[in-house]
Amino acid sequence: MSKIIVWYGEIISEKSLLKRGVAFIAPGILWLMLFLIIPSVLLAIASFAGRGEYGELVWEFGFENYKRLAGFSLFGWTGDYLIILWRSLITAFFITLLSVILSYPLAFFIASRSPKKRYIWLTILIIPFWTNMVIRTYAWFIILAPDLPFAKLAAFLKLIPNGSPLYPGAFAVYLGMISIFLPFVALPLYSSVEKLNWELVEAARDLYASKTRIFMQAILPQTLPGLSIGIILTFVPAIGTFVTPDMLGGAKYMLVGNLIANQFGASRDWAFGAAISMGLSLLTLGSLYFYTVKAKKK
Amino acid sequence: MRKIRSIITFISISTIGFLYLPLAAMAFFSFNRSKYGFTWEGFTLNWYIKLFENQAIIEAALNTIVLAVVSTIISTIIGSALAIGMQKFPWSFKTEKSLNMMLYLPVAIPDIILAAAIVIIFGILRGVSSIFDPGLLNMIIGHITFQIAFVALVVKSRLASLNSEIEEAARDLFASRFYILRRITLPLLTPGIAAGAMLAFTLSLDDFVISFFMAGPKSTTLPIYIFGAARRGITPQIHAISTIILLITVVSVIAAGRLTVKKNRKRWRITKNFVHL
Repeated sequence: MSKIIVWYGEIISEKSLLKRGVAFIAPGILWLMLFLIIPSVLLAIASFAGRGEYGELVWEFGFENYKRLAGFSLFGWTGDYLIILWRSLITAFFITLLSVILSYPLAFFIASRSPKKRYIWLTILIIPFWTNMVIRTYAWFIILAPDLPFAKLAAFLKLIPNGSPLYPGAFAVYLGMISIFLPFVALPLYSSVEKLNWELVEAARDLYASKTRIFMQAILPQTLPGLSIGIILTFVPAIGTFVTPDMLGGAKYMLVGNLIANQFGASRDWAFGAAISMGLSLLTLGSLYFYTVKAKKK
Repeated sequence: MRKIRSIITFISISTIGFLYLPLAAMAFFSFNRSKYGFTWEGFTLNWYIKLFENQAIIEAALNTIVLAVVSTIISTIIGSALAIGMQKFPWSFKTEKSLNMMLYLPVAIPDIILAAAIVIIFGILRGVSSIFDPGLLNMIIGHITFQIAFVALVVKSRLASLNSEIEEAARDLFASRFYILRRITLPLLTPGIAAGAMLAFTLSLDDFVISFFMAGPKSTTLPIYIFGAARRGITPQIHAISTIILLITVVSVIAAGRLTVKKNRKRWRITKNFVHL
């Protein structure tokens, strides 16, 4: 006999209530099972599979793909793939860090406007946030073109040959990625700064705390919730990003996203692509875990 | 203190400038008469007019809209039902935890991994039926998959902030379950569902990676078109189509802001919905 409970004013047995609940969640769960969970499991399995004649999957299992990812091949060991993974991690880290550094002044600036102006500034920040990534990356081609002042200045300083653009390369990738991910940090951070309790800052000042100390002990802890969301929202897409390094970096600044896209595109090696994807998932989840453990300690 | 304030202002304005300078340059040069390079040779709307003669661009625009509309409608229905089902029934702690994990999965892993996983399952399903060949249907399925998670998360957070007293009162007055759902729960939930649908729609328009992995020869979307065209070289025509998309984004952000301001009499709701994701 199932337990009888009162639920939203209705007397009902727990069992029949849950039966009704299942009707609500069944379509969503089925969908996510079919197109999210099962594919993810298949991706993990495929990473151990082999490559057929046309790049399709062949169900013969082994560790070949992971050996290749670690750099072992017929011709000895190279660190190429590991370097790309490491570079992606470092790039995502610095993109996140730089976005955070630029977002703090911006969040305080917007929060200190009058409500009406605040609304306008927020709209200004949200527009790039909602603009398609391909278009925002494309726009950098124009500003970095050889005829425009930035490339001319760099050519004048002998940083690049005369008449060439400022892309492709690491510099262009960083510019593009920061401009894309900055609003991902700035918006959540703003929502925390807006709620900031300034009395704590005043108290710290009354007690002659230094400016760094005021920031570290009175401001930073209060903005931590928004900052954490911002960091995760930036780091996760940044580490797997593919559009910006492909367009602005080309072959000169390859990241793991490009490597995966190549395996499913031109190189056609799905099994190896699956193995790199597993490597990237591990890297992402590992970083998130490391971050939450660190954040909890503090 | 004054000094700090002016430094903050300076950095902020520069940052905003940094975000907008490339976009402004793109819009500016889309009106340039010169076809090559970046020397100003006079104002023209020629590149915009030529867009409407470009069959490939018109087709890509139609695909983009069909993809966004269809995936948004389906994902809003499934995602809202999922949110109501998760929030309104006494699931055990364990069930709730695994359901939540499922919803956070698309948020916590890079989209390229989701794309790779879906490519593989379609590759296998293709052996069963040719409707799983790369194309619009696959792209719609891919978009719905990540949209469901976002819609459910938004609607769920709205549900959590509603209090259940009205529903209990209706129950006490012998309203039927269906009546309560139709006349109380859903109307109270409309702003949440609308916010979820809006988010799903923009996520679909913003997506490149999922579409790119699943696109067939006839299902090019505008971002895919621009990405491909940019590889062949930058032209004023691409500036023009990108500027139009930018303009549509600007108008919709402002319109969405206005709409929710009027409806809720709370200027901040829309920005909060954006911000809290």
